[in-house]
Amino acid sequence: MSTLGVTRATLVKDLRMEWRSKDAVNSMLFFSLLVVVIFSFAFNPTAEESRRIAGGLIWVAFLFAAVVALNQTWARELRNQVLDAYRVSPAPPNALFLAKTLGNFLFVVVLEILMTPLFVVFYELRSVGPVWQLLVIALLGTWALVVNGTFFAGLSIRTRNREIMLPLLLFPITIPALLAMVDATTSILTGEASPDFWMKMLAVYDIVFTAICLLLFETVLNAE
Amino acid sequence: MKKLALISIPLTVALLAYTSYLALMVAPTEQTMGDVQRIFYYHVPSGWVAGLCFFINFVASAVFLWKRSEASDALAAASAEVGVVFCTVLLITGPLWARPVWGIWWTWDARLTTTLVLWLIYVSYLVLRRFAAGGQTQVLAAAFAIFGFADVPIVYMSIRWFRTQHPSPVMGGGENSGLAPAMLHVFLTNLVAFTVLGVLFVVLRYKLQMQEQALESAHAQMALKGVSR
Repeated sequence: MSTLGVTRATLVKDLRMEWRSKDAVNSMLFFSLLVVVIFSFAFNPTAEESRRIAGGLIWVAFLFAAVVALNQTWARELRNQVLDAYRVSPAPPNALFLAKTLGNFLFVVVLEILMTPLFVVFYELRSVGPVWQLLVIALLGTWALVVNGTFFAGLSIRTRNREIMLPLLLFPITIPALLAMVDATTSILTGEASPDFWMKMLAVYDIVFTAICLLLFETVLNAE
Repeated sequence: MKKLALISIPLTVALLAYTSYLALMVAPTEQTMGDVQRIFYYHVPSGWVAGLCFFINFVASAVFLWKRSEASDALAAASAEVGVVFCTVLLITGPLWARPVWGIWWTWDARLTTTLVLWLIYVSYLVLRRFAAGGQTQVLAAAFAIFGFADVPIVYMSIRWFRTQHPSPVMGGGENSGLAPAMLHVFLTNLVAFTVLGVLFVVLRYKLQMQEQALESAHAQMALKGVSR
């Protein structure tokens, strides 16, 4: 089976399982809803203030929520030794990684689509800058979170304290991407600065880390 | 290992005592900053050793992924630990100097932030080493080291942009650009002494790690024999 075929088969299987159980999306949704409400209580911002802090709030909420879903990525495959079966099969490991990453990417994008209206309502957001740029940043930023997150979830599944390990590994590495997302979003919302540099930076970050992930995934999958 | 330690430890201690004497007594007092400037003789060499250690860690990790030799993994582990220690010294001596000179303990300037992120990355590296299960530790740690090292230039670039956009409250964050000859001499001897200290730490820690690994595999062998009997 080709890389594309394996990727598609795995992705379709994951999406079908998610469609039937809705585990990942539901837990992410509720989690980020809680974050939104708690932040809203904690800061109680006016419309003007919220425009400046919203970029940070939104992305921190999505980052935390994404960790919830990312932690479940590989747990499913441990049951019945599916991962071991995958290792002995001739299927290319990167196909599995790409499928998992695309799956997580779709879950987080769905979360963002559902949560953004809530943010707009709760924080009275109105963008001064062009909104289409926010879309580009959301896609690039989500990929940055998800590609490293899926990889590190694969790392942390082999450690003793799985659930805790993922954020410990992911957050330090994600700091530049998070900074880029937050600053780009803020500069669009306030319309005070151009987000061009940040968009380019996110694109570079995505390319560099996608390449490293694809380079190292086979090694990590076969680690004994 | 014992012989090496017996000779090299006293020598390094003597060297450090001498360079500390130079830094605290011999070096001229800085005109505007006063005595607090003397922390510079510890601060910059610590940063240099930390950077050196993290670079060794990256190279050793890459070599491990390529050759799978126990020695390169032990070197990676040793250099990461020593690097975190020196990076901690760097992060503590920095604010001690900044408080009287800048008037604040900390600012989110490019170099400070990058150092902090670097420290965070290698602390998570050590946590990963500690919690990874059994034989997988080495591969997982080496893979993470590659990520960490790739992240550092990106962090530096992004914070630099971030901070040049918004001028920071503290102007002229640079150390004394253009050192007086008397200071330069003291600084360079301290740099040498700290490098010797760092290398000594890494070598001792490396030997220890190798012994631990040998012990572990000996235990595993014994257990296997016990089962087969």
